[in-house]
Amino acid sequence: MLIVLVAVWEASVHAFSLPVYLLPAPSLIWTESLAVADTLGGHTLATLGTVMYGFFASILVSLPLAVLLTSSRYASATIYPLLVFTQSIPKVALAPILVVMLGATELPRVIVTFLVAFFPLVIAVAVGLLSVPADLVELGRSFKASRMQELVRIRIPYAIPFIFSGLKVAIALSVVGAVVGEFVNADKGLGYLIVSATAFFRTPVAFGALILLSVLGVALFQLVVIVERVFFPWSAESEETVIV
Amino acid sequence: MIRVEGLSKVFHSRDGGSVVALHDVSLEVARNEFVSLVGPSGCGKSTMLRLVAGLVGATKGVLEIDGTAVTEPRRDIGIVFQSPTLLPWADITDNVLFPLRLMRERTTDARARAHALLELVGLKGFESRYPRELSGGMQQRAAICRALIHDPGILLMDEPFGALDALTREVMSMELLRIWTENPKTIVFVTHSITEAVLLSDRVIVMSPRPGRIAEVVDVPIERPRMLDMEGSREFQECTGRIRRRIFGADETGLSGPAAA
Repeated sequence: MLIVLVAVWEASVHAFSLPVYLLPAPSLIWTESLAVADTLGGHTLATLGTVMYGFFASILVSLPLAVLLTSSRYASATIYPLLVFTQSIPKVALAPILVVMLGATELPRVIVTFLVAFFPLVIAVAVGLLSVPADLVELGRSFKASRMQELVRIRIPYAIPFIFSGLKVAIALSVVGAVVGEFVNADKGLGYLIVSATAFFRTPVAFGALILLSVLGVALFQLVVIVERVFFPWSAESEETVIV
Repeated sequence: MIRVEGLSKVFHSRDGGSVVALHDVSLEVARNEFVSLVGPSGCGKSTMLRLVAGLVGATKGVLEIDGTAVTEPRRDIGIVFQSPTLLPWADITDNVLFPLRLMRERTTDARARAHALLELVGLKGFESRYPRELSGGMQQRAAICRALIHDPGILLMDEPFGALDALTREVMSMELLRIWTENPKTIVFVTHSITEAVLLSDRVIVMSPRPGRIAEVVDVPIERPRMLDMEGSREFQECTGRIRRRIFGADETGLSGPAAA
């Protein structure tokens, strides 16, 4: 399917003799990208770094936040509007402000990545923590489980399939967030490469970076899937019946 | 063993309304007796079970087990719910051991005890399987093992076979009687099925709704061991007939009102 698509692309570019800056042929993207291959690795690693920092920051914040959010009606009434508020801010607009505030470093990029990725994760974890059957909670209570035991032994394990569906969304969004961050401020990274390449009408290189970004996104997504399969096979199987 | 006197439970809803779930209920259950609570939805039978379990507190009245007032969950009680509620991430053995883990009472012989219980309910060979690999009936057997792992004196069962198909239900009833005979306990069994209640119990407590209260206590004079084919006997029919008349007779006044939730 993909091969057919690429072939049609290649053929139509030649047939209609489209200018390179509009739509470069796949073969040209390949040769031009190969020409800058020595720098592509560095750009990819830079983006990967931002993605991972942002992704892990969103995990570190989301888990405790979701626990807090589900712990009491009062906590959720206080925190939830704040969360929704952070989501209503356009991240693209926030990025330049963060750069002014924090300087042209890695930090604003990571923060933008985090802000894009963490919200669906918090919601997924919170839904998971609340999805525990009431009977199971009662069972815990009947054996005098403490709130901590209830959380660690019952609620969190129960939330694992939900946590992983949240992680899958979060990792995909982390890539988006990292690129947004790089568009605004960066001296390397695939997002920066796209901005600088298009500025000089080097469209084939921009396409190359774009393809690398999507490959990166798919690879990271699959990594999350594999982690779930390996460490929580029961969770992966319980999802297959729902999704696949 | 269990003594209930003038027990009432009122639930207050968030909007200020209140529902009388149980009104002035008195009951005594002897040690190793098998008692069933039968009645239509909303008659307070599940509330009754949760009160005995110490999961909810009574509004008024006396509730004692072995002479001590019940104010919180006790360790000598095992509970079986309608759904097996096994932990999907733990194998069957760990599921059975789960109460001990929560109470931090895992001893060295606990595993052997879990395996012995699983053998008792016919789950030998499934010790390291996961819940999703087992049928509904098998999962419920595992849930019964979990309720028995800490060797409680009292077993509370809230419609334990309610989610099973009719055939599995009959098999499970006989299994439960066998387990109870080999391993006597005081059992309080909540069910919607009149036949099931009569087949299993020494006494059937017939309850009626709005407010939940005891309508009648029916002694089941049928000899033990009970068999499924006893359901056709005259004594059995008399018992079920009496309970049925009690439930539907008491419900007649409510027929004009909205259907019970």
